[in-house]
Amino acid sequence: MYELFENLGSWLVSGDQWSGTDGIAHRLAEHLQYSLLATLVAAAIALPVGLLIGHTGRGAFLAINLASFGRALPTVGLVVLVFLASGLSMWPVYIALVALAVPSIVTNTYAGMNAVDADVKDAARGQGMRGHQVLLQVELPLALPLIMTGLRLALIQVVATATIAAYVSFGGLGRYVFDGLAQRDLVQVLGGAVLVAVVAVVLDLALSALQRVLFRHRPA
Amino acid sequence: MTVDWSWIGDHTDDLTSLTVSHLEAALTAVLLGLLISLPLAVLAHRVRPLRGLLLGLSNVLFTIPSIAVFVLLLPVSGLTRTTTVIGLTIYTLVVLLRNTVEGLDSVPARTKEAAKAMGTRPLRTLLTVELPLALPVIMAGVRIATVMSISLVSVATYIGDGGLGQLFTDGFQRDFPTPVIVGVVLTLLLALVADALLVAVQYALTPWTRRRA
Repeated sequence: MYELFENLGSWLVSGDQWSGTDGIAHRLAEHLQYSLLATLVAAAIALPVGLLIGHTGRGAFLAINLASFGRALPTVGLVVLVFLASGLSMWPVYIALVALAVPSIVTNTYAGMNAVDADVKDAARGQGMRGHQVLLQVELPLALPLIMTGLRLALIQVVATATIAAYVSFGGLGRYVFDGLAQRDLVQVLGGAVLVAVVAVVLDLALSALQRVLFRHRPA
Repeated sequence: MTVDWSWIGDHTDDLTSLTVSHLEAALTAVLLGLLISLPLAVLAHRVRPLRGLLLGLSNVLFTIPSIAVFVLLLPVSGLTRTTTVIGLTIYTLVVLLRNTVEGLDSVPARTKEAAKAMGTRPLRTLLTVELPLALPVIMAGVRIATVMSISLVSVATYIGDGGLGQLFTDGFQRDFPTPVIVGVVLTLLLALVADALLVAVQYALTPWTRRRA
């Protein structure tokens, strides 16, 4: 057991391991590319939907059920299914990752909008603000902390799950996990897993620091 | 992409045993998760300094990818069902711990004081007053944890287990979509049915929440 961790340590810090196409630096860049692009696309879809549902109060039932449907959808199955339908392309990875991220963002955006005090919205309307002004100048700023929580949650899930890209023969840090599993090389598998976990934790800490800086003036 | 219906007919036995094994793994994990998170949540609720630590720790556990969790457990428990269950349990802890603490927090202080004034001892207050009142929030956590576990079991297909997840690897390796479609549909159905049953359980356990309607 001790030896395993020692080997893992030397795997992680060895210079050879970090360079080249199969090096950690390159795989890390791929992993970040998949994760960030998928989260951005998911945000572009989910934010307007969540804001609209929260603002109008219509479709909440649908959104909540959709989210729980999304949680139930097995990502591995989705990736394989899209892979078999589309052949060798990045579609399976991106579709699965976006499908994973959308529910978290929609539910948290909706929850944030829903938590805005009705009196505050009434006051805004009473001052003559129009619907879109209430949405953009009152509801959105007040809902932002929860919206950010949703984005963070989605990003963590996506980073963790982007490992799956390697299963359908693409890159990313999952390469080490799946290659290691195939070669019965536990050190490589563990190395990949540790790297993914570190990336997820670091991104989450970075986003929560950003969140603290952006909303310093407001109690959490 | 067409469904080969005769494949389904020929494999009903396999499908049944995979479904049972799938459900077993998910439910064991949720039960273990509850057993672990209940005492921890009570501790986190009562001892303030522990609260941040426990909730923070469970959040970090959540950031570890599920495939990584299973793989990291390999040196400990190998390619076994135990690995699957431990991995899933770790995931359920995040949701269960947070919701149970939040549920206990939501019990009004006045209610606890009333119980105290009536001479109810702390343990009894916990069991007969606090936990029942926290039940709706705890059950919300149980529902999320259950649906999540059912969906996650299939990831364990990479370590040779995975219940219905085995249909995904099978379909992938043979370039044959039917098992994959069947696996996805059965997983969704399992999650749907389990969720509906939990709603019914909660309805039966919390008669006082219904009176408002």
